[in-house]
Amino acid sequence: MGWSWLLPHGASTFAARIDFMYYVILAITGIAFFVVELGLVWFLIKYRARPGRKAEYIHGSTKAEITWTSVTAVTVVVIGLMSGPVWNQVKGRHSVPADAMPLAARAQQFEWHFTYPGPDGQLETADDFSLRNQLHVVVNRPAVMLLQAEDVIHSFFVPAWRIKQDAVPGLGIRVWFQPTEVGTFELACAELCGLGHYRMRAQVTVHTQEAYDQWLAEQGQNVAIR
Amino acid sequence: MATTAATVGQVGHAGHVDDRSFLRKYIFSTDHKIIGIQFLIMSLVFLALGGTLAMMMRWQLGFPGQAMPGGTVLPETMAPGGVLLPEFYISLVTMHGTFMVFFAIMPLLVGVFGNFLIPLKIGAPDMAFPRLNMMSFWVAVSSGLIMLAGFWAEGGHAGAGWTAYAPLSEAPEYSGVSLGQQLWCLSLIVLGLSSMLGAVNYITTVINMRAPGMTWFRLPLSIWALFITAILVLLAIPILAGGAIMLLFDQTIGTHFFKPATGGQVLLWQHLFWFFGHPEVYILILPAMGMVSDIIANGSRKPIFGYESMVFAIMGIGFLGWIVWGHHMFQSGMNPTLGQTFMISTLFIAVPSAIKVFNWMGTMWRGSLHFHVPMLHAVAFVAMFVIGGLSGVFMASTPVDIYIHDTYFIVAHIHYVLFGGSLFALFAAITYWYPKMFGRMMNPFWGKVHFWLTFGFYNLTFFPMHQLGLQGHMRRIYDPTEYTFLQPLQPLNQFISIAAFLLFASQALFALNFILSWFTGAKADVNPWRDNALEWSVPSPPPHGNFAVTPTVYRGPYEYSSPETSDDYLPQDKRLPTDRMPASQPAGD
Amino acid sequence: MKHAMLSAVTVLTAGLLGAAGPAVQGGSVTGTVKLTGTAPANPKLDMSDEAACRGKYTTDPVITASGGNLQNVLVYVKSGLPAGQKFTASTTPVVVDQEGCLYHPRTLAVMAGQPLEIRNSDPVLHNIKVVAKRNRGFNISQPTKGMKTTRTFTAQEIAIPVACNVHGWMHANLNVFTHPFFAVTGADGSFTIRGLPAGTYEVEAWHEKLGTQTMTVAVPATGSAAANFTFKAGS
Repeated sequence: MGWSWLLPHGASTFAARIDFMYYVILAITGIAFFVVELGLVWFLIKYRARPGRKAEYIHGSTKAEITWTSVTAVTVVVIGLMSGPVWNQVKGRHSVPADAMPLAARAQQFEWHFTYPGPDGQLETADDFSLRNQLHVVVNRPAVMLLQAEDVIHSFFVPAWRIKQDAVPGLGIRVWFQPTEVGTFELACAELCGLGHYRMRAQVTVHTQEAYDQWLAEQGQNVAIR
Repeated sequence: MATTAATVGQVGHAGHVDDRSFLRKYIFSTDHKIIGIQFLIMSLVFLALGGTLAMMMRWQLGFPGQAMPGGTVLPETMAPGGVLLPEFYISLVTMHGTFMVFFAIMPLLVGVFGNFLIPLKIGAPDMAFPRLNMMSFWVAVSSGLIMLAGFWAEGGHAGAGWTAYAPLSEAPEYSGVSLGQQLWCLSLIVLGLSSMLGAVNYITTVINMRAPGMTWFRLPLSIWALFITAILVLLAIPILAGGAIMLLFDQTIGTHFFKPATGGQVLLWQHLFWFFGHPEVYILILPAMGMVSDIIANGSRKPIFGYESMVFAIMGIGFLGWIVWGHHMFQSGMNPTLGQTFMISTLFIAVPSAIKVFNWMGTMWRGSLHFHVPMLHAVAFVAMFVIGGLSGVFMASTPVDIYIHDTYFIVAHIHYVLFGGSLFALFAAITYWYPKMFGRMMNPFWGKVHFWLTFGFYNLTFFPMHQLGLQGHMRRIYDPTEYTFLQPLQPLNQFISIAAFLLFASQALFALNFILSWFTGAKADVNPWRDNALEWSVPSPPPHGNFAVTPTVYRGPYEYSSPETSDDYLPQDKRLPTDRMPASQPAGD
Repeated sequence: MKHAMLSAVTVLTAGLLGAAGPAVQGGSVTGTVKLTGTAPANPKLDMSDEAACRGKYTTDPVITASGGNLQNVLVYVKSGLPAGQKFTASTTPVVVDQEGCLYHPRTLAVMAGQPLEIRNSDPVLHNIKVVAKRNRGFNISQPTKGMKTTRTFTAQEIAIPVACNVHGWMHANLNVFTHPFFAVTGADGSFTIRGLPAGTYEVEAWHEKLGTQTMTVAVPATGSAAANFTFKAGS
């Protein structure tokens, strides 16, 4: 598994589109890699110095220049055109679904604090509560998280969801996602934030709606203060 | 010494008697060749130091929490009982990057070869400003000493990465580092001065001091590359210095440039740093590309394919390099719409780089390839730069970057272009110009052994980092085993560490070859590689003043296997009966 | 003059020998700190995410009072000492231990120049962040169990925050004195400050949550003066 060019299993609606872009680029660059590298090796063998053979006195070819410049340029344009809409869907400010469940996340050395809206589904009301290093969400439901940082830059990274967003002191950044699978996943900090950076992790739990409702009810009895 | 442009047939300065003292000749020298060699020695020392720091990092990554062999010599604040502390690991990461970028690769490419090659290859007796040149070196040494001092600072050396993102870099309460980070800023400000002095010198020299007949389009590509690089240095370094001054002020005198609570902007640092930082990485590759062009043409006994395209590609990379910096900041909280625009410019910069790769291949196509040691390294450069460049396409795509940003995929990319690229080009260049610098040849057998060991262990070390990154392995992590999803990758981390140790050990061959050949290497001819450029028509090493008679240039530097001569090379300054004399005016056209 | 000289020498000797040394000359202040009223509940701790520590401590012992005796109160001589008098710091370290992801004790008091020994008894990373105004702070790690780190401080400063960022609930406070006349109450709420020359002193009792209480105490040349403090819960 460690040697693989395949991406690990994705568990959000973003994963399919991001992974597709990755595989498209893998295919294009893979072809380029083999053509160029094998061509290079072929030249090294075929054109090695041998007695009686002279190099050809060629200075270039305008036709070749135009060909390989155009092919490269068209390829990168295609990659750009394909990538743009995916980026927009993930990071675009107007792409957050209206019915996304609101959450808040506060990144600080070296913990994640998640604030939940409680049973009323609204943040900044009396039934909000916070948990340390635990993110609970509902499968197949979008959630939008206001991400803030207390002290230095951190980065919210859930590999299985293909989501990454830096948390920047002074900024409040909305991050949205929609998990597609029930289970537990890992959240890692992905921006150097000090000596505890390597251990700034959290557990992400994706529940069915029923399981989430039950978990929420239990939180009423068991709310810990930071 | 006069520094006006030379005229045809003028007696060069090498005709004078050299009565300088030892101190003036070798220590406080204004001779560009000596200054180039001084930069070479300084940079190789920092290269070794940067590599040593990396070995310590790889120990911790491969064997987390285990006492490092020899680690007990380190103080308790770094590695109690030989086990690296997390904050020490972070300063290793920071200083490895800092030493390699600023004190190894940049001075090797720009300080060494800019200095050594420019006057020789354009037919000039020295740089336009020889004393400024000397100052540039000694200011660089001062900067290096300031940077080294940080290891003794209370709180440890700088610990915010070589990128020094604020607020971590300006808040000792968060980083635990105060004096170390301040010394880091100060050192780079001083180094910036050294770089600026060099840039001014190189640009002026290339514009004003070319020998008669050395038109712009007869310049070797190494000189074109160094010239464009010098312009990048001139424009980019002041931004780094400015940012570092702002950071230093935030750290010491109470300003708030990057402190949001009091009106500052955290992202301002990133914009300043990367606006410098992206041109910087082209500073770190263009001279390498230029020298590789010279060496591949020589090793193929064939003109460079598409010389004009190569020149325009260098210019294109130099220009486009200014408008891509935001690709380092896609996930930073920068406006996502800006992300789209930077994606477009970043994808486009792939084009001139690809043009260069195809032209190198075109040079070798139908050539007569001689695999001397510099050619081996130069061809490896092409092979590995391709990998580094292709991996860059993944990051250019903003959605894919969401996943691979700040993972080992980026680390793989960086090292494929900087080590697989620049450092292999440097091995090629050092070996190639060693005879001209020292009058002796490096040992070719050990050169080949060093090449193959390095090439093998290098790829075993860095290629698997792509895989680590694709599985989500983050950067700058002291102990990957803290994460369940990374635990299965630990055998790969160990493999990489062992390959890295073997890679590092193999460099002993280069170091020994370099040092011993100085004393016992085969005495070098004037032109051991049968090259066309002007430095190969003067003794090895050239005298002070370089040319006894100012050369006259009749053609470009890549006339190999020309039908006009029975040799397979034709020097730039060799006059054939069919050649016209250039007009007797200063070579400023 | 002769009397003052003798007292000064006595005080210096007291400083050299440390608080627990053999019979110290001079007067002392002794007392008990009490808490009246019902103490508010200490904050709950959620250590569920930290496998190395979970389950041991469920509340943060900010206010610890057994039988009305208040623990972790810093009592010290605030004023009244002769100006310019210098004291030698003890070489015996004051120990703070990280155990079960809490600092023990949570109120620390050292002399300037006296070593503070920080121990990690947990099999987990702690970082120790000390942010001081008059002293040099630091932020260092102890990733493994059994690690010990020693630090010293130079200037008098009260209520320096000590925190772990890996475990955000971990707080302690550090107090640095240029004289040896301080104590921290134990479980029984009592304290004794020895070796004071005769005189009138302002003595302060400080608790991290309940605030400060001040008292003027006349200390005899030998023997002890009583100083009992009472904190009211809800104040």
